[in-house]
Amino acid sequence: MTHTRYRIEEAGEPKKFPPEAMARIEKILKRYPTKQAALLPVLWVAQETWGWISKEAGEEVARILGLAPSHVDGVLTFYTMYNLRPVGRHLLQICTSISCHLAGAERLIEHCGRRLGIGLEETTKDGKFTMVEVECIAGCDRAPSMMVNDAYHEPVDEKKLDSLIDRLSAEA
Amino acid sequence: MEPVLTRRVGKPNSHAIDGYLEDGGYASVKKIFSESWTPERVADEVKKAGLRGRGGAGFPTGVKWGFIPKDTKGKPVYLLCNADESEPGTFKDRLLMERDPHQLVEGMILSAYAIKCRTAYIYIRGEFYDGARILDRAIEEAYAKGFLGENILGSGYSLDLYVHRGAGAYICGEETGLIESLEGKRGQPRIKPPFPAVSGVFAAPTIVNNVETLCCVPHIINRGAEWFAKIGRNEKNTGPKLYCISGHVNRPGVYEAAMGLQLKDLIFGEAYARGMRGGKAVKAVIPGGASANMLTAAEIEDCPLDFDGVAAKGSMLGSAAIIVMNEDTCIVDAARNLSKFFSHESCGQCTPCREGTPWLYKVLDRIESGEGRMEDIALLERICNQMANGMTICVFADAAIAPPLSSVLKFRDEYRHHVEHRRCLVGPRAGARAELAAV
Repeated sequence: MTHTRYRIEEAGEPKKFPPEAMARIEKILKRYPTKQAALLPVLWVAQETWGWISKEAGEEVARILGLAPSHVDGVLTFYTMYNLRPVGRHLLQICTSISCHLAGAERLIEHCGRRLGIGLEETTKDGKFTMVEVECIAGCDRAPSMMVNDAYHEPVDEKKLDSLIDRLSAEA
Repeated sequence: MEPVLTRRVGKPNSHAIDGYLEDGGYASVKKIFSESWTPERVADEVKKAGLRGRGGAGFPTGVKWGFIPKDTKGKPVYLLCNADESEPGTFKDRLLMERDPHQLVEGMILSAYAIKCRTAYIYIRGEFYDGARILDRAIEEAYAKGFLGENILGSGYSLDLYVHRGAGAYICGEETGLIESLEGKRGQPRIKPPFPAVSGVFAAPTIVNNVETLCCVPHIINRGAEWFAKIGRNEKNTGPKLYCISGHVNRPGVYEAAMGLQLKDLIFGEAYARGMRGGKAVKAVIPGGASANMLTAAEIEDCPLDFDGVAAKGSMLGSAAIIVMNEDTCIVDAARNLSKFFSHESCGQCTPCREGTPWLYKVLDRIESGEGRMEDIALLERICNQMANGMTICVFADAAIAPPLSSVLKFRDEYRHHVEHRRCLVGPRAGARAELAAV
């Protein structure tokens, strides 16, 4: 785990959910006997709303659910999928667990890093790409497996990765 | 064996309810209500079938359900589907949920009825965005057709079912870690007892069952416990089973077979993985996911892939994730990779695990990168022996020591070669690179 997992960045301004997000939160709350149980789903709403979860967004979630902000921080830093700082438009998540490792996932990370000029957990200057290493994403039969935001791309080799990056770069 | 759990997987639109109904879907739900089955009868049928949990532990499902107290003192009972599938090498539940979500919903209705549960959740790992969307849609369809919600098919029984997404934490696959996570906390496992069946989520009686386990239930109800119990190697290892095979084989994938398929058939069989890529020799096989002890090439002879068959080889069937490594694989590197996983995923609650897992990774990394000392091999064994066997709240530490300890015991010469010659027996490691992320 990297130290960056424990630091939640500040947005510099208070965060308020837009009405449609609030409507989703109201619906989520009905599913559970406690407000706290809605924490993970509500944090997902926060991430979908702002792309990442700032200190202030966490505080707003804590206020809505009647939780201590420290509890929300504890949860945010425990789960790896919540972005605690802004990430690029395309989050490249490359699996390096055993089956993908055996299929050369590390070479893929090296190649991707060289191509984009970034290391792990870094974002390109144009804000388009962030590259992270992830643990087994259940794509072992199509290794090496990777995800871009919420979609799987598997199996992927250096050539396929290049054309994927070309395609994503061309998007507005 | 004709496919049971995967029979609809290849069909176009296999996730939609119309096709599912055409293929006889929800027949088991109609059956128990039209024939007025009691919850106990459903549970009995599952017990008689000999169904054992497909998540990893292999505990008999019907027996687990029986642990719910007769008198819950007014507390509701919860059914949680463990869809956190994150054991490295495992990808069967993803297939079941993406391709045939109604099979799982049907299994949950029956199982919830058997334990008198009115609210159930599917805890699905955060990365399965598609799986969650597909299940949400399937649940909506099931409500619309009256299989979920108030008074299901006029039976007087009601059930609500929700999808709950995780957010990236392997430990949430441990049932009490999953329960903590569902309650909106860090997914740190609880001390047992009390067991979840007595006090689980929201301090109420709770049953946690794996996706594949729940998917077996409709077939047991439709075709009978006897039919199910006849599939498989013996009466303790019954039913159809999904095997996930990956690594250096020609045709990795999910294969369904009767419980007890021979490991060699899975690797070499024409109907399965069709042998080793490039005709290479097998060096080691992990038979049950990252948490299972490695087997050597000699040990894969006569190894039936069921709970007792793999246990007899000193390993475990676990989640039936078979990872095959060929002769060119550096065992130290493989152990190093697996230890990195466990070091990253330790929840940090118990000292032996929180401290031990990064130690193992660092020592293995040192040996792998040619900086190892001969004492390091004994050090690995010593760390392993101090971490597991009841030193921690959950069995994560026991899982974490499996790759280093089994590989040291079975491939000691390769470790020694690494230290003596400061390089791999099989050449430079697959993806040699500077560690970009500090552990």
